[in-house]
Amino acid sequence: MAETATIPRPRREGRIRKLLERYPFLPALVIVAALLALNGFFSPASLSYRALTGLLSTYMALILLSIAQTYVVYAGDIDLSAGAILSLVNVAIIVLMERWGGGAGAVLLALAIGLLLGLACGLVNGLVVAALRLQAIVATFATSIFFTGLALYILPVAGTPAPAIFWRTYGGRLFGVPFVFYVLAALIVLITVMSRTRLVTQLLAVGDDQQAAYQSGLPVIPVRIKGYVLCGLFSALAAFCITGDTASGDPLVGGKMTLYSVAAVVLGGSALSGGWGTVVGSLLGALTIGLINSVVFFMGTPSEWQNFVQGLAILVVLMAGVLAGRRARP
Amino acid sequence: MSQVVSRFLSFIRQPIIAALVLIVLLLYLGQMLSPGFASGGQILRLLIVASLLGIIAAGQNVVILGGREGIDLSVGGVVSLSAIIAGNVMNGADSGILPAIAACLAAGGFFGLLNGLGVTLLRIPPLVMTLGMLGVLQGLLVVIRMGIPSGQAAPALSRFVTQPLAFGIPGIIWLWIAIGVLMALMLNRTVFGHRIYAIGSNEHAAYMAGVPVRLIRIALFMLSGMFAAIAGLCLLGYSGTSFANVGEQYMLPSIIAVVFGGTSLAGGKGGYTGTMAGAVLLVILQSILTTINIDESGRQMVFGATLLLLMMFYGRGRAMRA
Repeated sequence: MAETATIPRPRREGRIRKLLERYPFLPALVIVAALLALNGFFSPASLSYRALTGLLSTYMALILLSIAQTYVVYAGDIDLSAGAILSLVNVAIIVLMERWGGGAGAVLLALAIGLLLGLACGLVNGLVVAALRLQAIVATFATSIFFTGLALYILPVAGTPAPAIFWRTYGGRLFGVPFVFYVLAALIVLITVMSRTRLVTQLLAVGDDQQAAYQSGLPVIPVRIKGYVLCGLFSALAAFCITGDTASGDPLVGGKMTLYSVAAVVLGGSALSGGWGTVVGSLLGALTIGLINSVVFFMGTPSEWQNFVQGLAILVVLMAGVLAGRRARP
Repeated sequence: MSQVVSRFLSFIRQPIIAALVLIVLLLYLGQMLSPGFASGGQILRLLIVASLLGIIAAGQNVVILGGREGIDLSVGGVVSLSAIIAGNVMNGADSGILPAIAACLAAGGFFGLLNGLGVTLLRIPPLVMTLGMLGVLQGLLVVIRMGIPSGQAAPALSRFVTQPLAFGIPGIIWLWIAIGVLMALMLNRTVFGHRIYAIGSNEHAAYMAGVPVRLIRIALFMLSGMFAAIAGLCLLGYSGTSFANVGEQYMLPSIIAVVFGGTSLAGGKGGYTGTMAGAVLLVILQSILTTINIDESGRQMVFGATLLLLMMFYGRGRAMRA
């Protein structure tokens, strides 16, 4: 911090505030670091390379789903069907890969169709919420029922295995480095590029003040639709990760993940009312949920108390996320 | 002539009228699909289920009316918790009913209080606060379940919910009607009710006019917890014994019932009478889908699509204007 020495020394609180304004995901980062330290304290082995790889490959799907959720939250919307889209894409690619023989070509083709499916689901949500002006919470709940029905139609019961080439790649290594790290690196590049696009700025503008955005000539409805489409695409990516991790199809796998994705967005300091937030924060928020679960396990909490302690810890960090996020807002 | 038509259209677009018309149409459709669907006994069974949903939706309704993105996602957890508390306190004995009611109301009120404190003092958005509370409640349910059995409903409670009480109508439906009347009186005739609308439509103006905004909002969340607790108690009477996460399936439907009843999620506008019609509509719709012979996947797709279609009919937002 050499350059700060030359300017008048700001008040301590002002400096923290500035830092928060510049890097709004800092509180989430501190929480993640603290949880990592706690994990290491209770079980040093949980900080090993292998354990962290396992944590990342398990929670990569939630990370992606939380990022998906972030883009709609930017615009002040919410998507309660993100988990259902994940389930739908999961069963669709599993069934397609199996039907086409499970070779490399089949896998790639199935993934492409999975992305298209995610896009289509996002488009449906966008049309229903933005174009038809239905209330986002109830409308996306209705579409989630529809998507779940579709997933059940494609694969009525959980179980069809993924082709070996798919989960071996996801769980394996490339040039000696676990594959999930490549996924993480690609994801960071992707969200950095995304954050510089006009669309993200437009989403934030719509979320900040929809009326003002409309009056200054922003195409509010198309922007919100694009937000949902983006959410659908990232939910499809999340589905790829869960398919790699569980190596099978399950029409209900994403149902419980939707509310966790909303929680991760809040943990990351983004405002649910829209107009303010970071995708990196949501990534850290999803990791926080994963780390809380593992800390509670490694602390030696009696098994019947684990869910309660997890719930309590998540409630506390949710509050912390909201309070810190509010402080950081300019 | 066209004036008559347009007047008729605006009449029918009132949420409660629309819901009632749809209820009649759905009953007719159900009767066509499977004769006996609209028989008296069957309608009573539908109303019992609707009253469970409707009582939860009463709490949801007041929280939503109170505005500031008011919503209560923890109701599902409170319903489950209340069912298990009631089952253990009464443990199959009629003498345990009164203590069970007291215990359930206290638990529901307590978690509602926590929600209300978080929303008002810490200014946590209701969606976040109640979502976090739902996680805590679900964890608490696991703790309770590992330690003690799920408990039994007292015979009198089961009779109250499932057997006719007066004029051939079960007690729970009378209870729901009473709640409906009390809610209408509270919302329209009491200072408290007017203040709910006041903070829901313009919180700042209400504050300036001397309305104790925080106290009222806390009271709304407590009411929501207590209504969910009553529903949990009745649910125990309905099923005889409580099972894991029995309340979760009511969480989002309770919001949909409120929306179908014409209450705006933005707060300050709506009432409970419409919500009651919305709850009946939702239950009839689900019931028709179980009577027609399609598999689960088709049922869910039709249900989701129908919900969207109904929302398009009413409950749409206003178009943007420059």
